[in-house]
Amino acid sequence: MPSNVSYGQKASWGLTLAAWGGLLFLHVPILIIFLYTLTPDETTYTFPLPGITFKWFGVALQRADLWRALTLSLQVAAVATIVALVLGTLAAAAVYRSQFFGREAVSFLLVLPIALPGIVTGIALRTTIGSLEIPFSYWTIVVGHATFCVVVVYNNVLARFRRMQGSQIEASMDLGANSFQTFRYVIFPNIATALLAGGMLAFALSFDEVIVTTFTAGQQTTLPIWIFSQLTRPRDRPVTNVVAMFVMLITFLPIFFAQKITAQSADTEGGSK
Amino acid sequence: MLQRLSTFLYQRPRLVLALLLGPPMLYMVVVYLGSLFILLINSFYYLEEFTGLIVREFTLRTYAQIFEPANRDIFVRTAGMAAAVTVADALIAFPLGYYIAKFASPRLKTWLIIAVTLPLWSSYLVRVYAWKLILAQEGILSWFINLLHLDGALNWLLSLPGIGGSSLALSPIGMFIVFVYIWLPYMIIPIQTALERVPASLLEASSDLGARPFQTFRTVILPLAFPGVVAGSIFTFSLTLGDFIVPLSLGNSKFFIGQAVYSYQGTAGNIPLAAAMTMGPVVIMIIYLLIARKLGAFDAL
Amino acid sequence: MTSQTQPAIRFENVSKYFGNVRAVEQANLEIRDGEFFSLLGPSGSGKTTCLRMIAGFETPSSGHIYLYGQDVSNLPPYERDVNTVFQDYALFPHMSVGDNIAYGLMVKGVPKPERIKRVDEMLELVQLAGYADRKPSQLSGGQRQRVALARALINHPKVLLLDEPLGALDLKLRQQMQVELKAIQKRVGITFIFVTHDQEEALTMSDRIAVFNEGKIVQVGTPAEIYEHPATAFVAGFVGTSNLVDGEIAKRITGRETRFSIRPEKIHMGPADTKIEADSYSADGVVRDVVYLGLYTRYLVELSGGGDLVVVEQNLKTTSMDVLKVKGQPVRLHWKKEHIREVGGS
Repeated sequence: MPSNVSYGQKASWGLTLAAWGGLLFLHVPILIIFLYTLTPDETTYTFPLPGITFKWFGVALQRADLWRALTLSLQVAAVATIVALVLGTLAAAAVYRSQFFGREAVSFLLVLPIALPGIVTGIALRTTIGSLEIPFSYWTIVVGHATFCVVVVYNNVLARFRRMQGSQIEASMDLGANSFQTFRYVIFPNIATALLAGGMLAFALSFDEVIVTTFTAGQQTTLPIWIFSQLTRPRDRPVTNVVAMFVMLITFLPIFFAQKITAQSADTEGGSK
Repeated sequence: MLQRLSTFLYQRPRLVLALLLGPPMLYMVVVYLGSLFILLINSFYYLEEFTGLIVREFTLRTYAQIFEPANRDIFVRTAGMAAAVTVADALIAFPLGYYIAKFASPRLKTWLIIAVTLPLWSSYLVRVYAWKLILAQEGILSWFINLLHLDGALNWLLSLPGIGGSSLALSPIGMFIVFVYIWLPYMIIPIQTALERVPASLLEASSDLGARPFQTFRTVILPLAFPGVVAGSIFTFSLTLGDFIVPLSLGNSKFFIGQAVYSYQGTAGNIPLAAAMTMGPVVIMIIYLLIARKLGAFDAL
Repeated sequence: MTSQTQPAIRFENVSKYFGNVRAVEQANLEIRDGEFFSLLGPSGSGKTTCLRMIAGFETPSSGHIYLYGQDVSNLPPYERDVNTVFQDYALFPHMSVGDNIAYGLMVKGVPKPERIKRVDEMLELVQLAGYADRKPSQLSGGQRQRVALARALINHPKVLLLDEPLGALDLKLRQQMQVELKAIQKRVGITFIFVTHDQEEALTMSDRIAVFNEGKIVQVGTPAEIYEHPATAFVAGFVGTSNLVDGEIAKRITGRETRFSIRPEKIHMGPADTKIEADSYSADGVVRDVVYLGLYTRYLVELSGGGDLVVVEQNLKTTSMDVLKVKGQPVRLHWKKEHIREVGGS
């Protein structure tokens, strides 16, 4: 890792300060939510907190509307992730194994839903749903989420394909394995962690998506939509704090593990070369 | 059986390609491009104001509405915000990206990259919400400012026309802070990646040739990091352009594009105008992407 | 070749195009049963493409490839009795050494106890007994090479293909592996087809060699035939070093303008007044350059009528001091007429 070895100089204190300052800016606000879950104040965001209470966790647990929203969000994220895993892997395999006309266009088309502002995807789907008079349902949300989740899986799996050492696929077929055996014994083990990482990122992305969902959900409420309604018209401030913290943690874990997996597989490959 | 199917497929690579590429492309083309196309078509319809019904015949009058002063202001305001946010993010992100790429020990570096990537993927909404708490009139920032006896300066800032407002939580300044915060990771990572590719030997060569650290920075590091900055700006610019959550949560009555689109399609039921306004960000982003590609930013993505 | 035995591999007018790029053109070739056969040529000459067509990774654009009489041109790799040792070894990083070697048996459904037994035999053969549980990443380059060899041999293929398998090893290890490969081939009695761009390697190891240039097979023969009787100027230049002489200079030496090649080690260098026998050609010149190489010395002699020749002499009695004194001296070069090869085009 030659580029990682710094060139024998230490960062100046100014740079160090600016870097850590930026990092604090990135993370301290989240901690403030955690702090506010303990406030007894129901109507304002007064600081310093007028006291400490743990009752809001209990209150949040009792809220049926929250449970419904959570269930819907989890279901949508799970199905959108599965769709993304299948479509993203197929596209990555196609782009990896063959040179064909329009290969660049495939990547471009897949990236488009995250390169363009979310509102474009949202309003486009909304208009289509309206024009074709499709009723809003669980599936309209899933279809919307899958459009931008596919690219996450695609990127992860394609990157892994490209880092695959040597001619393993040819070697497998050479040794007598047909295409299906080769997939099972060689390709799948090679891309398994990339699928896991891509799947977890897709899940996190879907679980807290709000912009596209606003347009495709109709009257249904996912957890992010519930939070969004509280942002514009705060009614249950303390409960919102608890929900925000919960969403934070539930997306934090898969992303954290996806990052670890990606970093690890890069390490082991570097080590065996 | 499988063996024979495998051989059948092996001898027909084009069929395999079609089978692999078919499902994802069908999905993206039908669902996504199809929707964009229907959106485009709708932007050429218009809303009959009197009846409140959408008239489905080709017209440019909806596009003409975009150039009415009120809507034009929305575009100018949004693009201005996007530009300001992009510049601020570049300034904050650069030291952090530089530090991660060139000074952090390998162990620290792994952790820093995770620390920067986590907020990129997670809880956009929750992170906006955090600022609702922070910026509230009775909240932690005001408390801190009072502690430092800077409330006079804050009031002066909020009284400025254009960027001021009744409180931090309801002003363009507040929105600016939140946008900068939300999109910051999108700027850090491309800058770090670009600087990562600057070989240490190049920096050594520069100092070898007698350049002082600042000269090395200005003549070697900045130009090499520039594609990273442009790549990051694609995100910060595009995301600000289309966002409606932040303006709805923290803005005042002055609309931004996303907000306008949201309300046109929602309460006003004017899908054609919402569609036409969405084409704004699309066109701006396409131009932006073309320029960015010229500047070599795609290699840094 | 006896009429009883089919050739191991037969190419019949095989051509391969990648788009508009011609990789192999009209190749005809027979590789005999049990031979150690090398495909030799510079990179891009088509030798690797030929190997990949035998393995089944590419299908010929036209023509046919026969494996012991069976047309395999369009069969997928897993339906041919041919195995490959890859240049980068292509070991499966997620499997142990034992599982790597057993892979071919596993996909064929050979029961586990038998697999273990045969893996042990193979590890024995490549001198890696006891390594079955290691991961490929824990092995050195030379050891990975042996695992790749064992993995390919365990299937008892009719033909074993080796794609520059020694390229990644350092010189010492490479020479050792050359000897070992040859010994293993003798033991298992399988036809080996060996791709290399290293002419020395090809000359040392092969029973026969096919020399490739620009997609064509330019010569097929034993190492001695190829070295002593190069068919073209390309072969003369690529296999060993060679002096190429043509035009006016050729006419002055042989009396004809036909281009010929002469190996540097066949040329004798003597004083300017050396008497020339009737069975020899000669040329006069001045030594321009002397390179002392320990085992032998290389001289560059500028001929008095223009042009130059490289001469190599073994340092049987001379020392570096002696040979360096020759620089600038007038000399007479002479060699037996039978040692020149008249060579065609390029």
